Amino acid sequence: MEVSIAAAEAVKQANVDVISAYPITPQTHIVEHLSEIVANGELDAEFFCVESEHSALSVCVGAAATGARTFTCTSSQGLALMSEITYIASGLRLPMLMIISNRTLSAPLSIWNDHSDTMSIRDCGWIQFFVENGQEVYDHVFVSYRLGEDRQVLFPVIVNMDGFILSHVIEPIELIEQEKIDRFLPPYEPLHQLHPDHPITMGAFALPSIFAEAKKAQEEALLSSMPKIIETWKAFGDMTGRYYHPVETYKAEDADTLLITMGSCSETASVAVDKMREEGRSVGLVKLRLWRPFPFDDLKKATLHAKQLVVIDRAISVGACGPVASEVKAALYGKDQRPAIYNFVAGISGRDVTPSDFVKMVDKAEIEIEEGNKEGYEIYGVRG
Amino acid sequence: MTKPESEWTWKELTIGNVVLEPGNASQYRTGDWKTLKPVLKKELCIHCGLCYIFCPDMAYNLNEENYFIADLFYCKGCGICAKECPTGAITMVLEEEEK
Repeated sequence: MEVSIAAAEAVKQANVDVISAYPITPQTHIVEHLSEIVANGELDAEFFCVESEHSALSVCVGAAATGARTFTCTSSQGLALMSEITYIASGLRLPMLMIISNRTLSAPLSIWNDHSDTMSIRDCGWIQFFVENGQEVYDHVFVSYRLGEDRQVLFPVIVNMDGFILSHVIEPIELIEQEKIDRFLPPYEPLHQLHPDHPITMGAFALPSIFAEAKKAQEEALLSSMPKIIETWKAFGDMTGRYYHPVETYKAEDADTLLITMGSCSETASVAVDKMREEGRSVGLVKLRLWRPFPFDDLKKATLHAKQLVVIDRAISVGACGPVASEVKAALYGKDQRPAIYNFVAGISGRDVTPSDFVKMVDKAEIEIEEGNKEGYEIYGVRG
Repeated sequence: MTKPESEWTWKELTIGNVVLEPGNASQYRTGDWKTLKPVLKKELCIHCGLCYIFCPDMAYNLNEENYFIADLFYCKGCGICAKECPTGAITMVLEEEEK
């Protein structure tokens, strides 16, 4: 099954009330398939064809405010156009799901995959997941709704899946029986909702005298959603046997050198780790699944024993370094004994990163760090 | 709003900062935005009510003596009443001057 089709089937199984859609490559297959599902009467939902992505997410905010279970997805420039509304959805604490089929932001114009689109809204206050494969996309639709709608959470959720690399790939996906989904994901019961019988105001004005308190409340709520995130993954694992964690490791426990990756390239990196382990090298892999709230403690636990970290970023923060590397450095800075960090920006705009590329990056980082360069940063494989 | 918002802690805010009580904007003191306040010379007032009609904040109310008086809790000091008053009965005065 194509991963985008599986994502759409999951949204159907999650029994959403409102779908808001504006086409942009490479997310289009998801909403195309959902429009068929709704038109065929397989799902009783409102399907909004809007005039822009700004409107697509605005419709979601309005629908979620009335208590509807809501879905949209986008990519690249579409996400950039939505960015204003992403902050509003989280500030209003409205649960909803957005799948981002990650694609490069222009310019130059490109339709291919990297993480520059989602990094542009990194600070928008949503719970943000990265997934590795189609099964994880499908699974995280249910996880996201149950988690976001929990009264102790109440946040919108982003599931980042790599455009084309995941969205357009056909892979075997294990679907879950509807009865199990219905038990795992009960109907949404909103805490506050817009209703003429009980007038309330959402999105009111805040003066400087109260704004900082409002943001503090939002941040504390996002940070304290961490136990619920773990609890939701645990419940999902108990149902399916597929357990997820904020930070996941592969052959990392005793490794001197750790690759840190996010998204679909984690699977490729694990092949490279196997290859290097066969050669007797002490290399492991740390995969970031949860991007916000950032899992500082889990990351420390997974990495502090290593001598060096090779952090792979699929986006550039032009004028600084890779955004994942910035976060990893911030997480470890407070420790006296910490690994050296070498940062590669790799695979931007869909350029292939193969297992042998990961081996070359580890080779380069180990040599550079050995020679004393403990803050290395470069765009991997760039010519000239 | 039982106390001024400058005294609220983050723990006391509603989730999503939802306002649950309809119509509570009337409890909000817009009057402290003003620099100038309207002062009425009663001897010039002809009780026409133009100040009451033009006031964008509906701060003017008719008192028992049949004069329209601005409620300084809401008056933002825009001066439209003074501009529109046909007899020049309303003047805008720096608020601090009378303290």
